[in-house]
Amino acid sequence: MTLALPPELTCRDVVELVTRYDEDALAPADRAVFEAHLAACDACVLYYQQLRQTRTLARALDDARAPDDAPLDPAIERALLDAFPPRS
Amino acid sequence: MDAAPPRDPDAALLVQLRAGDRTAFTALLRRHRGAVRRVIRAFVRRDAIAEELAQETWLAVARGLPGFEGRGTLRGWILRIAVNTARARNPREVRELPASALGDAGDATPTVDPARFHEDGRWVGHWSAPPTPWPDARLHTAALRALLEQAIDALPPLQRQVFVLRDGQDLDAGETCALLELSPVHQRVLLHRARASVRAAIERHLGDAP
Repeated sequence: MTLALPPELTCRDVVELVTRYDEDALAPADRAVFEAHLAACDACVLYYQQLRQTRTLARALDDARAPDDAPLDPAIERALLDAFPPRS
Repeated sequence: MDAAPPRDPDAALLVQLRAGDRTAFTALLRRHRGAVRRVIRAFVRRDAIAEELAQETWLAVARGLPGFEGRGTLRGWILRIAVNTARARNPREVRELPASALGDAGDATPTVDPARFHEDGRWVGHWSAPPTPWPDARLHTAALRALLEQAIDALPPLQRQVFVLRDGQDLDAGETCALLELSPVHQRVLLHRARASVRAAIERHLGDAP
């Protein structure tokens, strides 16, 4: 479904459309108008990049912790291992 | 001819798990307990409950492994169990968000402060206070990570859940909609708001004195 965007978007429009764009949820004509704005607006390009950076940083939160972070509580580990492998 | 499905990073572990290898289960636990913890914390605020739900999740994983058909990744399957475990404990309030907070593109509250755009004149609607580049060195600090955790924690519940699953854990839109019982549009609006909020929090943090 197209939003039938006007031929020229403002930055204020763009920042509200950015997730639709990123999710590939803009109809081709709307996407073309959106991309035309990005081609001429460094500030909006930067805003979009920062949203993507936000995602990258959120994803990296897991990686930042060492895999063997806090030791497993022995009682808990025992309980879990008792459940595995499950008795058939 | 179908393309081969992407290989599960846990494929080797899965072979050992199917053979009943307990050291493999411990390895699985260590590898994914962080992600399980994060996902559950998106739903549950109190650490004691979150810990309980994490254990419940891992018990379900231990018991359910024989039934894992390997159609998706092992990690995806584990996180699905975590979400379902947390949601069973915390059924979502039906009217959690005021209707005005949802909206289609037309009536939603702006996600960027309107004061940052020109109100009138030739450049009406364009940035008056545009974003500035983020220095890379300041992005990989403990302080930034702490800020990020805080910002995610401060999100309204549904926004937090969508953000954690989509951007924190890389689940796709379809999976997230199914797990959280959201329509694609609602999910996208929630993600949009969450991302904008978290980005703004990072921007404020970086704008403060180093």
